Amino acid sequence: MAQAPAGMNRFYFVLGVAALAGIAALVYQVQKPKAVSIPVNVTVLAADTAGFRGYLLGSDSAKLEVTEYADYQCPVCQDFESVQFPAVRQQLIETGLVRWRYRDFPLEMHPNSRVAAHAAACANDQGKFWPMHEALYLHQPEWAPKKNASAAFTDYAKTVGLDVNQFTDCMTSTKYAGRIQASFDEGLKLGVSGTPNFIIAGRLYPNTLPSDSIRAIVMRALPPSTPPSPTP
Amino acid sequence: MSRARMAIALLCMAGLFVAIYLYLFKIGKIGTLACGTGACETVQLSPQSRFLGVEVSLIGVMGYGVMLALALLALQPRYAGRSGPANLLFLLSSGALLFTGYLTTLELFVIHAICRWCVSSAVIVASVFGFALYDRRKRAPAQA
Repeated sequence: MAQAPAGMNRFYFVLGVAALAGIAALVYQVQKPKAVSIPVNVTVLAADTAGFRGYLLGSDSAKLEVTEYADYQCPVCQDFESVQFPAVRQQLIETGLVRWRYRDFPLEMHPNSRVAAHAAACANDQGKFWPMHEALYLHQPEWAPKKNASAAFTDYAKTVGLDVNQFTDCMTSTKYAGRIQASFDEGLKLGVSGTPNFIIAGRLYPNTLPSDSIRAIVMRALPPSTPPSPTP
Repeated sequence: MSRARMAIALLCMAGLFVAIYLYLFKIGKIGTLACGTGACETVQLSPQSRFLGVEVSLIGVMGYGVMLALALLALQPRYAGRSGPANLLFLLSSGALLFTGYLTTLELFVIHAICRWCVSSAVIVASVFGFALYDRRKRAPAQA
């Protein structure tokens, strides 16, 4: 078992290399962005939903409310958001005819969907829900395939001007998991079966709708005295 | 100088990094454990991940650290022919093996989940024990 000094030097060299490799691996693990996992099927507490029924856009005095159930990772929702929603916003929401209510309906098939919904909820804490909402849909093709999308969400948080530390604390806390689950449960009770689904004047439209169709449905549902919205 | 003690030092170094990794997860410095199909987080977040109020991973850090230091000390020329370090390494690795057996039993029959990092640690501890036993036997006749 006797070793020549050269053998000991070789041993110390191997030990040193192993130590450096181990330290590097640990430093990498500590510094890499933490993946946030939002629990599913959580028990919804009364506090989770108290005073909260979705994210609102538009005037409180609008004559009609449209509720959209959507999933941030759903490509059809992304298409609706980028192609159809700008016209809806311009013709119906900004004119004061419609108040838009956005509700989360994260589908099980989309692994990053709940985390994205949670990122939007955390942005809402800082009054930036809609900018974050737009950023999430705009960049959906970038983050959707990622195994860990947290770093991308943090980047969007910076872009929309959030306090990143506060945002990160909120994400790590997963404090809105119950609220997201409540929104999903409520959608199920109402008959929502996919995304995007819309509820307009008490009726469920279980498919995506072009802006023209939404406008037509809204105009039919509005009281007769309402002036027509500007056409595109 | 002994190849067995070198092997023990290298194994304890590996075990030390595994234990530090698990401890960093436990104190929130690492978001998720690289676990593949295993149930590392179930095990690490279970009540059994503490022993007498101390994190098991921290006990691992201390245990591997002490055995690594002892193995490196035992490799110094002045301890080369002495059986004291061999006996101490054997004693410590025996305790580590018993403790690992207890933890593995908890995983199998109480937590009902297996953490592959714990399995790695168990293999390391068993190997350290094997080398320590070999080292002790190798030196025992010289003391007779």
